[in-house]
Amino acid sequence: MAPPKTDLPQGTLDLLILKVVALGPVHGYAIAQRLEQVSRGVVQVPEGSLYPALHRLENRNLLAADWKETETGREAKFYRLTGKGRKQLSTEAASWQRLIDAIALILGMADGGAR
Amino acid sequence: MEEQLEKELRFHLDQHVNELIARGDAPDLAQRNARLALGGPEQVKENCRDARGTRWLEDLFQDFRYALRTLRQRPGFAAVAILTLALGSGATTIMFTVINGVLLKPLAYPEADQLVTLHGKTEKYGEQWGFSYPEFHDYQSTSRTLRSVAAWTYGGGTVTKPGEAEYLFGRHISSGLFAVLGVPLVAGRAFLPQEDQPGAAPVAVLGYGLWQRRFGGSPETIGQQIVVDGKPYTIVGIAPAELRLDGEADIYTPLGQSTEPRMQNRGAFFIHVLGRLQPNVTLAQAQTELSVIARQLATQYPEDNQGRDMLAHPLSQEVVGDVRPTLWLLLGAVSLVLLIACVNVASLLLARAVSRRRELAMRVALGASRGRLVRQCLTESSVLGISGGALGILLTFVGIHPFVSLWPGSLPRAEDVQLDWRVLLFALGVSLLSSFLFGLAPALRAPRELERSLRGGARSLVGNTRRLHSGFVVAEVALAVVLLVSAGILGRTLLRLSSLDPGFNTQKVLSAHVALSPAVLHSPAKARAAWEDILDRARRFPGVQSVALADVVPMRVGEASVGYWATPVQPPPDHTPLALTSIVTPDYLSVMGIALRRGRFLNEQDRIGHEIVVVIDDNLAQHAFAGSDPVGKPLWLQGMASNPTKIVGVVAHVRHWGLAGDDQSRVRDQIYVSFCQLPDPLVPFLSSVMSITVRTNISPLNVVEPLRRELRGPGGDQTLYDVHTMDDLARASLDRQRFLLWLFGIFAGLALLLACIGIYGVLTYLTNQRVPEIALRMALGASTGNVMRLVLGQSFGTIVVGIGAGIFGAVAAGRLLQHLVYGTRHADLSTLAIMIPILLAAALFASLIPARRASQVDPISALRQE
Repeated sequence: MAPPKTDLPQGTLDLLILKVVALGPVHGYAIAQRLEQVSRGVVQVPEGSLYPALHRLENRNLLAADWKETETGREAKFYRLTGKGRKQLSTEAASWQRLIDAIALILGMADGGAR
Repeated sequence: MEEQLEKELRFHLDQHVNELIARGDAPDLAQRNARLALGGPEQVKENCRDARGTRWLEDLFQDFRYALRTLRQRPGFAAVAILTLALGSGATTIMFTVINGVLLKPLAYPEADQLVTLHGKTEKYGEQWGFSYPEFHDYQSTSRTLRSVAAWTYGGGTVTKPGEAEYLFGRHISSGLFAVLGVPLVAGRAFLPQEDQPGAAPVAVLGYGLWQRRFGGSPETIGQQIVVDGKPYTIVGIAPAELRLDGEADIYTPLGQSTEPRMQNRGAFFIHVLGRLQPNVTLAQAQTELSVIARQLATQYPEDNQGRDMLAHPLSQEVVGDVRPTLWLLLGAVSLVLLIACVNVASLLLARAVSRRRELAMRVALGASRGRLVRQCLTESSVLGISGGALGILLTFVGIHPFVSLWPGSLPRAEDVQLDWRVLLFALGVSLLSSFLFGLAPALRAPRELERSLRGGARSLVGNTRRLHSGFVVAEVALAVVLLVSAGILGRTLLRLSSLDPGFNTQKVLSAHVALSPAVLHSPAKARAAWEDILDRARRFPGVQSVALADVVPMRVGEASVGYWATPVQPPPDHTPLALTSIVTPDYLSVMGIALRRGRFLNEQDRIGHEIVVVIDDNLAQHAFAGSDPVGKPLWLQGMASNPTKIVGVVAHVRHWGLAGDDQSRVRDQIYVSFCQLPDPLVPFLSSVMSITVRTNISPLNVVEPLRRELRGPGGDQTLYDVHTMDDLARASLDRQRFLLWLFGIFAGLALLLACIGIYGVLTYLTNQRVPEIALRMALGASTGNVMRLVLGQSFGTIVVGIGAGIFGAVAAGRLLQHLVYGTRHADLSTLAIMIPILLAAALFASLIPARRASQVDPISALRQE
């Protein structure tokens, strides 16, 4: 039984992509796979939005791309993180964390205080 | 780029298919699922492309082709819009072409912004262009901020060899003039400094026009001789065609060779001075230094230079004269017409956008963003705008030369008025700007309403745009009011000025300059005899009633003012009143038909050896003798300080400065002196500027040529030139007002036409949309009259608001006109009372047809459609 799909809040797709790419150069299909695997099926990126997002990030110089051969011998476009991208990733991840903590506090409050 | 995208997506697809197959799906099922997961590849590709941001150029092309297609589908609409815009932008471009040539283009001389002209300035007389010859030399030798200084003045004479006798317009120039301006001569050389001295061999440089006319443009002309006023000059050079010193000249001679007494007179201000700045000096710096020099001269020569300051202006300013404010005024007026045209097209586009809502809705459904739709609308309006602009350029090309030739008097730098890249750039800019103006409203409006329209019916959409449409009508009406009232003001001004009494009888009077034979010019006795002969012959000529001589003719360029005082003690120089002095023969009164108020005019008895008498006009009598009878009293004239003249009569004032300008001019007192009482030394000089005035029984123009032949004189070298009828001169003095009235009348007419078309269009459109409502009303019992009143009433309301707004603008415009056009008074009630009803009538007429059509709606079929 597939877990219920959750719609990604706006703007987080970029952040997630940056994180995945930060772990090492990877092509588009692999990013989608990785996101689904690591989130245990919760995050399923509509592939139609993945590639525009990748191109957008490349356009903004947060990702750089090269064509390399995969293990199967085919050529694929591999994305890697640029210095600017690395900086962007840490900034966004930090503000995301702050947001999560804030929301958790508020939700905890509604529960009756003890958390 | 495209290939790579294709490859990337294909890779993804293949990976996914492989994975699905590995999981156990059948191959074709796997393919299908993979494709579904990815989504439409074209869509994905387009989104990727959008994300890359390089699409805009291809989008633009697509929008452009689409715009062309839709416009071709509605040729009528496109034609109306383009024509309207062409009219507006064409008129504006014509005005800009003139402004470009006259005001914006630098003069044809190299580094023309370094050229300056010098003016003197005194408290009493204001700014004057004239310098004295010694003064010119002082500035030439002492100024350090001016690299070089040159001078020129008017000259001229009758050429007798080679060819027929003809009067030549000439200039006396200093030897450095061509060098200062920096224009190379067409042939030969300029004057040398040693030729610019008294006693040097007479040399001349020919004007380009004369060289072509009389010498056939032959290079052999250099070294030949030309005889002017009896003196042979050796031709040393040919001046370039574009040289202008207050107009074109036929011949240039060295200023320094002149032996006239006024050359030494420090108080004779008859020379133009111009100069070139040192390379790194600004105008302000030069100005400061010149003021210092002026002050030095004032202390050195208190009698002539006291209180005289110096001003330096860019040379272009002097050339352009006072035409600048008129040109900007016309550009402003024509922009209003363009604005109305834009508003018209805007409302047309808005109406069309609403009727195209289904098509636009479909595009939204297919994925077009709002920004894309706005871009599409703007592209469409740009196509209209640029087409209109292109047609406008064609109009300009055709109309610019007729326009310039119709300019009253002569337009300064008319030869520089041409279509060049600046004009084309302007036209393009104006087209784009107006496209933006009229395209913005529908572009922003329509998409926003789309979602609402997809759900609701058409009515909600129209309701929101109704206010915008009414706003358009108000704007158009207001602008039309401004132009109409301005035209009305000018019309009334012209009427008022035309009815002013010139002070003399302008009908059937000729005036012409007479150039005496050079042989007699140097001998006062011979000159006098020649004049007597001329007067005799002219008097006996058939068709001539009376003849007189005058040195200064009313309403023609040229004046001589002289200080006067009525008490024995001469007042200090800046308090001496000035009067226009005319040197005339006794018949002048009857030729010009001036009314005699008191005493007598000059007569035959007033000759050399008798007491010098003068006749004054009403104004002088009022100023100097307020109330008491001036006849018999003495009057002192400047230059004759010790001996007063005797006043023998008072005549009516003559509007010397023209019908428009006389009332505001500085010098309005007039004095008449007898020609026969001139002392001998003055006769040669005056003889070179005298004119003849002739009253005829028949039409003056029939007399000109025969009289010209009759007055050729014994040597066949007496010439008449500058021949005018006084009627023409009087009319010409109002030329500017008349021209402006014409133009403003055309603008106002255009504005009215466009506004009416706009009102008609808007009202038709709005009533079409209201058909269901009207049908309902009629079904419920409203009559055709009620419906008409309903529609007309709505229209009337908008128009009245427009008129109200327009009146404010019109009052402001009236004030502006008052500043800029001589003789205009501000907008008053009577002008409004005439113009506003015209507008109202036209607007209501335009509303009539849609109203009638609305009232003829068949309620049943209309309701059925709903």
